[in-house]
Amino acid sequence: MKATVTDKRKLQLLAVISLALIALYVLVGLNAGNWRYALSLRLPKTLAIILTGAAIAYSTTVFQTITVNRVLTPSIMGLDALYLFTQTVLVFFFGSRSVLFQTAHINFFLSVGLMMVSASVLYRFLFGGESRDIYFSLLVGVILGTLLQSAASFLRMVMDPNEFLILQGRMFASFNNVNTALLLPAAVVVIPILLAGKGNLALLDVLALGREQAINLGVDYERNVRRLLTTVVVFVSAATGLVGPITFLGLLTANLARELIRSYQHRYLLTASILIGIITLVGGQFVVERLFNFAAPLSVFINLGGGVYFVYLLLRGSQS
Amino acid sequence: MGRIRSVYLLVPLILLTFVSLFLGLKDFPGQARQIIALSRLPRVLSIILAGMSMSIGGLIMQQIAKNRFVSPTTASTVDAAKAGVLASLILFPQASSLGKMVVVFFFALAGTFLFMAILRRIKFKNAVFIPLLGLMLGGIIDSLTTFVAYRYDLIQNINSWLMGNFSMVTQGRYELLYLSLPLLAVAFLFAHQFTIAGLGEEFAVNLGLNYNFIVNLGVTIVALLSALVIITAGRIPFLGLIVPNVASLYYGDNLKASITATALLGSVFLLAADLLGRVIIAPYEIPIGLTVGVLGSMIFLFLIFRSEGR
Repeated sequence: MKATVTDKRKLQLLAVISLALIALYVLVGLNAGNWRYALSLRLPKTLAIILTGAAIAYSTTVFQTITVNRVLTPSIMGLDALYLFTQTVLVFFFGSRSVLFQTAHINFFLSVGLMMVSASVLYRFLFGGESRDIYFSLLVGVILGTLLQSAASFLRMVMDPNEFLILQGRMFASFNNVNTALLLPAAVVVIPILLAGKGNLALLDVLALGREQAINLGVDYERNVRRLLTTVVVFVSAATGLVGPITFLGLLTANLARELIRSYQHRYLLTASILIGIITLVGGQFVVERLFNFAAPLSVFINLGGGVYFVYLLLRGSQS
Repeated sequence: MGRIRSVYLLVPLILLTFVSLFLGLKDFPGQARQIIALSRLPRVLSIILAGMSMSIGGLIMQQIAKNRFVSPTTASTVDAAKAGVLASLILFPQASSLGKMVVVFFFALAGTFLFMAILRRIKFKNAVFIPLLGLMLGGIIDSLTTFVAYRYDLIQNINSWLMGNFSMVTQGRYELLYLSLPLLAVAFLFAHQFTIAGLGEEFAVNLGLNYNFIVNLGVTIVALLSALVIITAGRIPFLGLIVPNVASLYYGDNLKASITATALLGSVFLLAADLLGRVIIAPYEIPIGLTVGVLGSMIFLFLIFRSEGR
């Protein structure tokens, strides 16, 4: 279906809401005395959150288009856990004082490289060959995530039993502990790819029709899918590195965008999904920080809402 | 496949028990007797009981849910029990272990019944769909627990409670686990009935079985066993899932034949995992929850791929 006028209206509305929320988050509570200090803290954090929202929304929508479904997402398939595991393995072999761990950008690019290798092996294993049952892939992904998590904890325990919990907390970012050192490398990678993504829009529209159709229409399927999956891996690494794992954010933004936008064109779907991602994270962080006074980390709320929505999707899918 | 009689599993069980009792004791000359009485014996006994409890619990769950991949970990029993631990910490901080156990039991029971109720309404019985649903349901309960725990500043506390660990088990802190013995006896007595319930409701009723009674009995036993293990040792993920599956590879699906093997294999596996965690970074220890988490999820993955292959 072509985009209707209302679709464009909705996008404009989403854009206005996200700008308003960003302004609210950055500006509320500033005064003549504190603005310099407050902005020095808030701006990097806001940028990191926006980058995360955009990266997760984009990568999840692309991933769902490639796999032609609305339930699988990179996070649910264990990619977040894979990133954290890769980080742990780096520290395990080179030590936490190594330049590989201490220097944010070296560490980031190294982790991303390792991620690409292991993810491509993994996905060939999961999606290669005959098409698998979707619930099968999901369960394998979920268990794989658990395995990587426990394996990472295991390695940290072996590394330093005395400082196990400290290590656990210090190594990983969260919403209240945004890893701003990673902001520059993540932005350098994510923003150009997002901007260059324009060339992919038509391709994604075709891929959404499924593998056979896309090949019939003349798409070099394997090569393009591999390229797009690489983007997904890079984006998930950037997002997880900045604010830590948020399992269900991608599921929420991608599906909300598909509910809201009537068009199947990725030009609209991707924009909507990115804006919804930004609205959820910036708005959510504003509410949690300023209104609820840090009642709980934002990821807890997102995972609660996302978990309920995921079970709803599962049950709905099982009825048909 | 040539049947190995399940009694032979007693050989590794006894062997591992001895290793576990005496490992490293020579470093403490003159105190050996004391260490064994206070720490080693309670530890071995609680591991044996917990191993049996979790694997028998899983076996019963798999029969009454008619799905190989259902277990306390994948049927939200454990996550509900975690919520119960939190509730008991907030509402009855002064309560004894027994009092806490009762609260945890009711939560575990409610969580399992919720899962079973949803299960009954689903027409679609895809083998991997059911555990996926259970894991996600558990995830929802878990994030609610995290939210409340965060409000009461109990995150660290509850995580250390829940991390499966036998190093804190000493004389006077594990005796509650003996309550699992009568429960295991009931499970053995009703093994035949559970097998029949596993054939499906209509079939079981036709054979004259009080189906609802057996299912409710099974769920209650599983919730009680899980609560006991969680209160004394913490969470031991996937044990209830993998042990019955591995046992049924050799002993078939008739519970009368496989229940002894399942119980023994559970203890053997847990003793071995515990020993592994004790020697890898000696003199420190890796909590058994982590060791079993790694081994268990690998074996679970293997089992899923195996079921797909057929």
